[in-house]
Amino acid sequence: MAEPMKIRATLQGDIADVRVLMAHPMETGQRKDASGKIVPLHFIQTITARLNGKTVFTADVSQAVSRNPVFAFKVKGAKAGDKLSITWEDNAGDKRTDEVVIRAGS
Amino acid sequence: MENTRRAALKGIWAMGAMAAAVASGILAPSRAFAAWNKGAFEAKSTLDAMRALGVANAEDTKAIEIRAPDIAENGAVVPIDITSNIPGTTAISVFIEKNPFPYTGTFDFSQGAVPYVHLRVKIGESSPVRVVATAGGKHYTSAKEVKVTIGGCGG
Repeated sequence: MAEPMKIRATLQGDIADVRVLMAHPMETGQRKDASGKIVPLHFIQTITARLNGKTVFTADVSQAVSRNPVFAFKVKGAKAGDKLSITWEDNAGDKRTDEVVIRAGS
Repeated sequence: MENTRRAALKGIWAMGAMAAAVASGILAPSRAFAAWNKGAFEAKSTLDAMRALGVANAEDTKAIEIRAPDIAENGAVVPIDITSNIPGTTAISVFIEKNPFPYTGTFDFSQGAVPYVHLRVKIGESSPVRVVATAGGKHYTSAKEVKVTIGGCGG
């Protein structure tokens, strides 16, 4: 089971500023381990973000995304207390969903 | 003998046709399964990847802001901020032209999402980072050169 994501969603006016950190090795299939064997391709392929259940942001990505991926995006029209969930799925079929509540900005 | 060989060959052709149909989106059972564009992700040149995505006819624009370091000290983690100022932008695609597989991803925006994304990528050697924005069914492109002193691939 994959580690939980760290998600921060803060309002700036009526725009929710979302940052997410996912724990994932993002192996390119080109790296060799200490014994000289190629580490197999293992990477997040799809990401879906939902605001109160409605899809607002999706991504299809390759192994070129850095290890422990960080993404940020912005959603207009969000309110404090809205629920934001993020799901990722990797090429091994592993997936993870985490949810946060949008917080009012300072 | 001849007959069984023929049947086997026919089977292979049928499988090929099926794969082509899935790849072209004719058979699209669900987004999670069909949308990850294998052909584009496995393309070895930006042009081939853009063709596979149907965005090869993108016109040059200055309305896409690409913020990335001019010189990246560590190619394993290069932060990139992309903002499209083209009204009605629904998708942003990223290509790192000199990477073994240039197509890095597509970000889709809907229901109020602002056409902005921050991501961190591996860049193997100094390369242009090309961005394609899609708005109203049309495609626009811009690129920024990133110099890398230590590569992000292999190791």
